[in-house]
Amino acid sequence: MKPAWFDYHVPRDLQEALHILDDAGQEGRVLAGGQSLIPMLNLRVLSPAVVVDINRIEGLNNLRAGKDCLTIGALIRHADLLRSPDVCAGWPLLAEATRQVAHMAIRNRGTVCGSVSHNDPAAEHPSVLVTLGGTVVIAGKGGCRELPAEEFFTGTLSNALAPGEMVVELRYPRPPARTGSAFVEFARRLGDFAIAGAAATLTLEKDTCDHVRLTILGMGQGPFRAHAAEERLCGRRLGPQQYKDHFAEAAAKVAADVDPTDDVHASGRYRRHLAGVLAQRALETAFVRAGGRLG
Amino acid sequence: MAREHRICVTVNGRVYERTVPVRLSLADFLREHLHLTGTHLGCEHGVCGACTISLNGRSARSCLTLAVQADGADVVTIEGLRAQDGTRHPLQQIFLENFALQCGYCTPGMLITAIELLQDNPDPTEREVREALSGNICRCSGYQAIVDAVLIAARQSRAARASATP
Repeated sequence: MKPAWFDYHVPRDLQEALHILDDAGQEGRVLAGGQSLIPMLNLRVLSPAVVVDINRIEGLNNLRAGKDCLTIGALIRHADLLRSPDVCAGWPLLAEATRQVAHMAIRNRGTVCGSVSHNDPAAEHPSVLVTLGGTVVIAGKGGCRELPAEEFFTGTLSNALAPGEMVVELRYPRPPARTGSAFVEFARRLGDFAIAGAAATLTLEKDTCDHVRLTILGMGQGPFRAHAAEERLCGRRLGPQQYKDHFAEAAAKVAADVDPTDDVHASGRYRRHLAGVLAQRALETAFVRAGGRLG
Repeated sequence: MAREHRICVTVNGRVYERTVPVRLSLADFLREHLHLTGTHLGCEHGVCGACTISLNGRSARSCLTLAVQADGADVVTIEGLRAQDGTRHPLQQIFLENFALQCGYCTPGMLITAIELLQDNPDPTEREVREALSGNICRCSGYQAIVDAVLIAARQSRAARASATP
């Protein structure tokens, strides 16, 4: 339960960090909050030769809620989001999901960028980033690039980072007016890794569904975007008489489309069931929050 | 050079300068280098909450923080909750009087977590207390008395505030 040896670096600026990471290649790991990396070091799931502690790099501590976009730097902790009235008001899905990230002591240390980079199948932040149509800003020695969330997540605990690269910022567009959102998850104990979860945003134009996004987590891969269910809902009239049926139909589609795996916490069959139930709950809650009429 | 690191940490108001291996956890630094063994280690991967300490005024898992990351930080452990004259922290006293501990292994983490909760939310509901403590496992399963103690502490400080207001 103790980490293997590594070389530890505390760079003072980003260029220095990228230089060390570039030299380390596959053997380098970024340490920010450490709430995913250090358990893996302690359990020796990972034993990188080089650990680059980015906590002393000043420029990465940025949290900016702009008119069109929220930017979250690599040193912003989960708890920072919850202490920001601008984030809670403008990006309620992000706030609702963040409240469900582990426990206070973990939220105080763990970073949003770290959770996204780690891409645990049960983690909240990857699914939220996909649902909000966000992007990942990646820095390497050669410069910066920006990837849409869905291109960043490449499967269980995997991402599109090349050796020597790191995530420096996340960007979330501001949701349009008349948008409701909901994040729901199911875990056996508050704060545990979710067995399954769903994130939804829904924008209404009068009674019609103008835009919808639905993402499922906990299915064993990274975030699962429910494209087929979204297509069924988009452009539909969601009046007081119809909305329940449409959401039930979309949820059934989600349950049919996910491809969950068995593990010690739950069978794949149970996860599939949860995916449908949670998708329906997320859609209905988002609908109500968007101002949908219940009749 | 990169495998040992000189750090300067304030723990319970006292400044310590030490050279530590870079892979040393803050928990092991506190226990084995400073002999502050009140911080307990259960799971060593962030699940049980026994090793929770206060790092720059916020609760943190000392098993998920490297000692080198605490360079320049202000740490408070269970040993730092007592006043200089040895008087227990009010929440410690309430835990004691209300049987909110059995074996005591989880107690340091419970206290640090509950103190942070009461700072952020002086008037929590029972559900909020249970939610805040959900990251701290008590294997004696004595949760009821622990939750009661935190609610009693909140009630007492509410009463103290009310009587202080003219």
